Amino acid sequence: MPDSSAVAPQYASIPHRDHTAELGMWVFIATEVLLFGGLILAYFVYRHAFPQGFAEGSRHTEIVIGTANTAVLLTSSFLVAWAIEIFSPATIRIVTWLLIGAACLGLLFIVLKGIEYSKEYDEHLVPGIDFLFAGPLANGVQLFFIFYFIATAIHALHMLIGICLLITLATLCRKAPTTRHHAALHSAALYWHFVDVAWIFLFALIYLPGRSAS
Amino acid sequence: MMSDTNYLTTDFTLRSWFLTTDHKRIAILYFASLIVFFFIGGAAATLIRIELATPQADLVSSDVYNRLFTMHGIIMVWFFLIPSIPNTLGNFIVPLMIGARDLAFPRLNLMSWYIFMLGGCTTLFAIFAGGVDTGWTFYTPFSTLYSNSYVIVAAAGVFIAGFSSILTGLNFIVTIHRLRAPGLTWYRLPLFLWSLYATSVILVLATPVLAITLLLMATERFFGVGIFDPRIGGDPLLFQHLFWFYSHPAVYIMILPGMGVINELISCFSRKQVFGYKFVAWCSLAIAAVGFLVWGHHMFVSGQSLVASLVFSFMSFIVAVPSAIKVFNWTATLHKGSIHFDAPMLYALGFIGLFTVGGLTGLFLACLAYDVHATDTYFVVAHFHYIMVGGMVTAYFGGLHYWWPKITGRLYSEYWARTAAVLIFFGFNLTFFPQFILGAEGMPRRYHVYPPEFQVWNVLSSGGATILAVAYLMPLFYLGYSAFFGKRAPANPWDAPGLEWQTSSPPPEHNFTTQPVVTRDPYQYNEAFQAEPQNA
Repeated sequence: MPDSSAVAPQYASIPHRDHTAELGMWVFIATEVLLFGGLILAYFVYRHAFPQGFAEGSRHTEIVIGTANTAVLLTSSFLVAWAIEIFSPATIRIVTWLLIGAACLGLLFIVLKGIEYSKEYDEHLVPGIDFLFAGPLANGVQLFFIFYFIATAIHALHMLIGICLLITLATLCRKAPTTRHHAALHSAALYWHFVDVAWIFLFALIYLPGRSAS
Repeated sequence: MMSDTNYLTTDFTLRSWFLTTDHKRIAILYFASLIVFFFIGGAAATLIRIELATPQADLVSSDVYNRLFTMHGIIMVWFFLIPSIPNTLGNFIVPLMIGARDLAFPRLNLMSWYIFMLGGCTTLFAIFAGGVDTGWTFYTPFSTLYSNSYVIVAAAGVFIAGFSSILTGLNFIVTIHRLRAPGLTWYRLPLFLWSLYATSVILVLATPVLAITLLLMATERFFGVGIFDPRIGGDPLLFQHLFWFYSHPAVYIMILPGMGVINELISCFSRKQVFGYKFVAWCSLAIAAVGFLVWGHHMFVSGQSLVASLVFSFMSFIVAVPSAIKVFNWTATLHKGSIHFDAPMLYALGFIGLFTVGGLTGLFLACLAYDVHATDTYFVVAHFHYIMVGGMVTAYFGGLHYWWPKITGRLYSEYWARTAAVLIFFGFNLTFFPQFILGAEGMPRRYHVYPPEFQVWNVLSSGGATILAVAYLMPLFYLGYSAFFGKRAPANPWDAPGLEWQTSSPPPEHNFTTQPVVTRDPYQYNEAFQAEPQNA
């Protein structure tokens, strides 16, 4: 849209514009909550129906990788929060490196997740592709792993989008650290923290059932 | 001073249309696309009604018939009704109504149209490559295990279009929160905006659940894993729960914007404030909220527990209350009004009657005992067509006529518009009222053959559908004619106080030259307003 100074502007002020953008991200996060919410609801319905199968399935997950990934993701979120906190034209070099660091930790998460997937493939625990599990708990274990793969794949997709956002913002901030980028960074950080929170829920649902009892 | 160019004449290149971020042009893009989808969906309905004119199968086989009603449902629900009023009239009118230059996220708005078209083309591909035979509900295990049709492609189309809905809802919520003109408080908002706000909340909160549900269904079908397959422990009812958790609120996506339009029309053409403004405003939100808690009434005969059925039945009665309040308030608004029977008002009055019939028959279906008898009969078909077609489509046409002078800057032929409005009302009733009787007598939906004793009602229904088809085609001609050759419209042809009428027709690209300031409640159709000079 061509800008013309003769007409009323879209926003009354820069804070007005920035708060509007941020509200957009909050509404988007509400959508995301319901997306994961539907999935987690289905998980609980089946966990209620197959408590032992889900516990057994959970015991076959790689809790060491899962825990390491949780630490990686929390650290990454911390770096983003730090970048926001110190954002100013003077500190832009540090901000850029913090964002790149956060993106690299995100990539590390994806790599660890890939290793985890390949281990599960070796153990014939991938429903629909290679799944071998004998015994009375087979149905429950299979359902558990279906949810495990769908939930972690959707989460990984969110991670990839987030990594792209962080790298884009690191590049933009390096070029010109304006308040507009600060607002964009704020929204991207909200998204990144959401992905982090979603993982904390998934961590508890995937890796912990069935471990305390044994 | 009025500038001599408007949003239609600033630029004529294709590029200026397909890369526009102007909410008014995006509304036109949606409008053109929805006309195409409406007539594709309508063509399927036409074939269905021709087939049902006789008890035997003479036009199509049962297999083709299954694909026809599925196509009709999918296209009409996701590619016409859900985007209809929000994405065309809403897109065009919301920024004008609140005195803003555009929606909060103009580029997101354009992206939403592209996503919508991608979803639409994906679904059309599924339909023309061979069709889908699951019904629009994609019920498992039929959709996952047995159906031999393009289920995944069609579901992918609906899945993609869902993101377009979410982006539109998000845009409206943020716009209404943040971009209201100075002085435009929440209780000064026209009720159309309250209803679009409620609609947007549903779009944002319900659509992702449909997305994940379709994803689970497509995963099961593609990989052969039994998410909803009882043979390996899955639960087909879970699919229904998740599906209706979206799809019942989606019913309110398909009626709330219509109700919003009716407020504007009733008020304008009886020259009065809407009776009980705050009640009507909060009823929109109440419908959106309670609408999330009634989905189980689609599952009374599915084998869900009796306790669940009782709760869902009770909640379904509760959700009727705010809808009833609205109907009473509209009729109270008419009381002692100075009623003008212009074409938009004829649609509005038609809406009130048809919506009331649709709503009251909804109460029949909320009763557990009667619903067992009526489930999957033509009673249900008639009920929801009274809401969606009698309600929403009628409101859509009403709103289209009301804002047509603003959108195109031209006046349509009042004679033809009134004729079409009356024909739609009678054609609609002739099509769908007989279906209540058919359903009550036990004719099931989704069959293309039926016992001969049902033929008389089916012939009446098909006859009505012919009238309805002609009536729906008429606006295409007289509105199409007026868009190019109609009389020039003034800025405010209805003498209405809304902000959208304070700018020229068609509006300039930037909507308002100076930021409007609001100093009074909406719907002030009184002398003080009449005395005020028009800013044309």
